[in-house]
Amino acid sequence: MPSLKELKDRIGSVKSTQKITKAKQMVAAAKLRRAQAAAEAARPYQERLAAVMASLAGKVSGDSAPKLLAGTGSDKRNLLVVVNTDKGLCGGLNSNLVKAAKAKAQELLAEGKSVEFYLVGKKGRAPLKRDYADEITGGYDTSNVKTPGFDEADAIAAELIEMFENGAFDVAHLVFPTFKSALAQDPTINQLIPVPSADVAEESDAVVEYEPGEEEILEELLPRYVKTQIFGALLEREASEQGASMTAMDNATRNAGDLINKLTIQYNRSRQAAITTELIEIIAGAEAL
Amino acid sequence: MALHFELVTPAKLVRSEDVHMVVVPGSDGEFGVLEGHAPFMSTIRDGDVQVFKSEGAAPETIAVKGGFAEVGENGLTVLAEHVEG
Repeated sequence: MPSLKELKDRIGSVKSTQKITKAKQMVAAAKLRRAQAAAEAARPYQERLAAVMASLAGKVSGDSAPKLLAGTGSDKRNLLVVVNTDKGLCGGLNSNLVKAAKAKAQELLAEGKSVEFYLVGKKGRAPLKRDYADEITGGYDTSNVKTPGFDEADAIAAELIEMFENGAFDVAHLVFPTFKSALAQDPTINQLIPVPSADVAEESDAVVEYEPGEEEILEELLPRYVKTQIFGALLEREASEQGASMTAMDNATRNAGDLINKLTIQYNRSRQAAITTELIEIIAGAEAL
Repeated sequence: MALHFELVTPAKLVRSEDVHMVVVPGSDGEFGVLEGHAPFMSTIRDGDVQVFKSEGAAPETIAVKGGFAEVGENGLTVLAEHVEG
């Protein structure tokens, strides 16, 4: 049985923890709104670009297609680009991402392919290093920027494309969280390079003129498309992190509240027991006289 | 007689409005787009997009960086990487 003083200190410590989790929850809620708005604002660009890509990719095919679209002709060497958060306190978000990345790596390895990792964000580094220390070839640190934006996506895409042109890998997959709601963020795996050719929806009859040429435009468009994909993943990550953080901290605050209640009851009982014992002693003493 | 003009960056939808004419700095030279322009696609170079709200009005210029322009049935869409201001 802990002493009264111990209980009191314990209650105090849980209370200050609760204050921290409560504050973190409110910060996350405020940031979530902003992150969600940013993710939504980016959508028109992505949609337009995807639509243009689809219509162009259908026209330029065969041998003339750029390498980014056609691939290297092999799918042996795979690169997993894993987008994790930089900060913790966001529940199972990062471990879910790592789990998904590892499952994909296992699947590829089972098919006799080789796997390498390119890590964005701090939190995926340690758990992936444990199992795949030698396969981590590179990474990009986003922890020193407040909100990763298009410039970061630009830098990551440039590095990946350079690696691809140098023949460092054949296929790149992007692993990132998709923000569904504050309660659910699903790890998603998309093929990044070569750019998956969308099924050309409808071949429009209108003859479109291209300036300079179809291939030149496509060549310029493809890196941009990769960049946009990464940018989208970064925005999703931001929203997911805040959402997961909000939920996790809400739970933590509630648990702390429950714990405080339980400890308070225990504290009151012990105090009452001490008072009762004291009274009995006094009464017994008085009776003895 | 109006041309639907949209200017989109990765960060947001900058413009979506009906205008008279837009002059776009294409990589092979500037071109003006009026309503009913034939389907057309071009990469753009860094420069100013000039938006004419109505015929003869003074143009509004928007500096854009990197991207491409597409003219389709539903008007002109400029996808730019950066927009000044």
